[in-house]
Amino acid sequence: MKGGDLFAFAIGALRGHRLRTSLSVAGVAVGISAVVALTALGDGARAYVVREFTSLGSNLLIVIPGKVETTGAIPFGGVTHDLTVADARSIAMRVPGAVRVAPIAVATEAVHWEDRSRSVPILGVTAAYQRVRHVTVASGRFLHTTMAEGGGQELVLGAKAAHELFRGANPLGRIVRAGAWRFRVVGVMAPKGRSLGFDFDDLVFIPVKTAMRMFNRTSLFRILVEVPSADELGPVKRRVIRLLAQRHRADDVTVITQDAVLSAFSSILGVLTLALAGLASVSLSVAGVGIMNVMLVAVSERRREIGILKALGATNGQVLGVFLAEAVVLSTTGGLLGLAAGAAGVRVFVALYPSFPASPPVWSIAAAMGVAIAVGVGFGVWPARRATRLDPVTALRGR
Amino acid sequence: MIELDDVCRSYTVGDSEVHAVQHVSLHIGAGEHVAIMGPSGSGKSTLLHILGCLDRPTSGVYRFRGRDVGMLSDDERSHMRQHEIGFVFQFFYLLARLTAGANVELPMLFAGVPKSERTRRATEALEAVGLGDRIHHRPDQLSGGQRQRVAIARALVMRPSLLLADEPTGNLDRSSAEEVMTLLERLRAGDRTLIVVTHDPEVARRAQRIIRMTDGRIEEERV
Repeated sequence: MKGGDLFAFAIGALRGHRLRTSLSVAGVAVGISAVVALTALGDGARAYVVREFTSLGSNLLIVIPGKVETTGAIPFGGVTHDLTVADARSIAMRVPGAVRVAPIAVATEAVHWEDRSRSVPILGVTAAYQRVRHVTVASGRFLHTTMAEGGGQELVLGAKAAHELFRGANPLGRIVRAGAWRFRVVGVMAPKGRSLGFDFDDLVFIPVKTAMRMFNRTSLFRILVEVPSADELGPVKRRVIRLLAQRHRADDVTVITQDAVLSAFSSILGVLTLALAGLASVSLSVAGVGIMNVMLVAVSERRREIGILKALGATNGQVLGVFLAEAVVLSTTGGLLGLAAGAAGVRVFVALYPSFPASPPVWSIAAAMGVAIAVGVGFGVWPARRATRLDPVTALRGR
Repeated sequence: MIELDDVCRSYTVGDSEVHAVQHVSLHIGAGEHVAIMGPSGSGKSTLLHILGCLDRPTSGVYRFRGRDVGMLSDDERSHMRQHEIGFVFQFFYLLARLTAGANVELPMLFAGVPKSERTRRATEALEAVGLGDRIHHRPDQLSGGQRQRVAIARALVMRPSLLLADEPTGNLDRSSAEEVMTLLERLRAGDRTLIVVTHDPEVARRAQRIIRMTDGRIEEERV
């Protein structure tokens, strides 16, 4: 019996039992579409987070004061040195590969204009911040502050802060008050949106040195160091650590890279995707049990047919081949329909939530199809094997 | 051609053992036309199934053309059914979803005959039973007599040397039965052996030899 004849015969048998065939196909299709849709969502979540992180600026080193490490007994006298603007200047001047250096100081303070006031995060920065964080100015200009002369009384409003305080009035050139200090508004940022739970529109920027004096701080919140490419992250990181260790006479800063944070999040979300895939595979095995059920009924209903085929000279192998071909056709058809349905579902979802880059990962499609076929074949052939072992006359009686 | 030597076949039904065929020894030569008669439950169908390799004797030896069939593997028995034996059943046993032509093609499908030859031989076989114009009809579009003729075409399409018929006229009216029997005799041409199980004396009378069975034993033979 040739392969083509085998499949033609199997398809004929499937068409002969439309209801049973469509039920099994639907069972597999539902399982597969669940796998595709759920892993697409999981993978979409991961891609979303990765994109959010990259939008913060890639190729960044983040220098944080204090050392993150596990030690036995904490030695007395272990002093953590402040991270200062001078440190940032020193990195900018003496570390090759540190393209831009942006020191940041942060505090929350009420900003007043006329009778309105709004409590917002105040970021003390320099002009470099704009380039390092890829932020754009909607009107006016960003701060001109350099690290050498980090003072001045200028202020740039975030989009939301500007809207809330000025309610449509033009903020440029106005004098606002923050704490006991007065600032002139020189720019308003373009909306950037929320990222990782932090609203990048509801804040204000002031020169870093003014901020340190205003907040009465001696240490920066952190220093961002931009490097030319991801390959440079490691070498530059080592140089920064060596330089600061020299300056502080102690190894008391932590330098993290954006991709380290990213890979941590990515692996967390990878686990999430796997969990979703696990859920989906449960539905796939339910579909498999469905196929098995249907095939079991099919085989017992068709014992007489098996008997006839054997009486006409079909070997056990050929009869098994017929059922195998049927199972393959069933589960492949179901699998392809499920893929189509899952992909359509994901498309609808993406149309509703365009910011969420959900798309089924290739591995899940491959795994789902593989499992569908394996399940279909395994659960389909097992009952058929039992039937082919009967003597033809027993099968003919339909018992 | 066929030798049975002290063949027995028993089943267990519930707690009791049924001796369907008991100590049957029989010789049937090539080209013979034999009728097996007897009341229901006399074991005549079981005997036919053993002869057709659809069932195995519990004890005794069945030799077909000198080969001990009991020693053959499943696949060898399938091969025998495919090439040496044609079956005609009381309930026709056509596959309802297939056309008359496709039903006749079935044995050739399993024998690996190419499609074009299958079509040609199926057409020839259906023409031989007078159904050349019914190739594309499904069994439910045919009368009982026509269905049995399709079954006969299917049984003969592999040109077997042994044709076994189990109550071939049991479900047919008198005139269809006549037709079917005439056809079977006509297609027995050459040295093809025909064995018919029946309880219809009219059908049995056509045979050269009648074997009567009661309670699994051969009662009498008449020529």
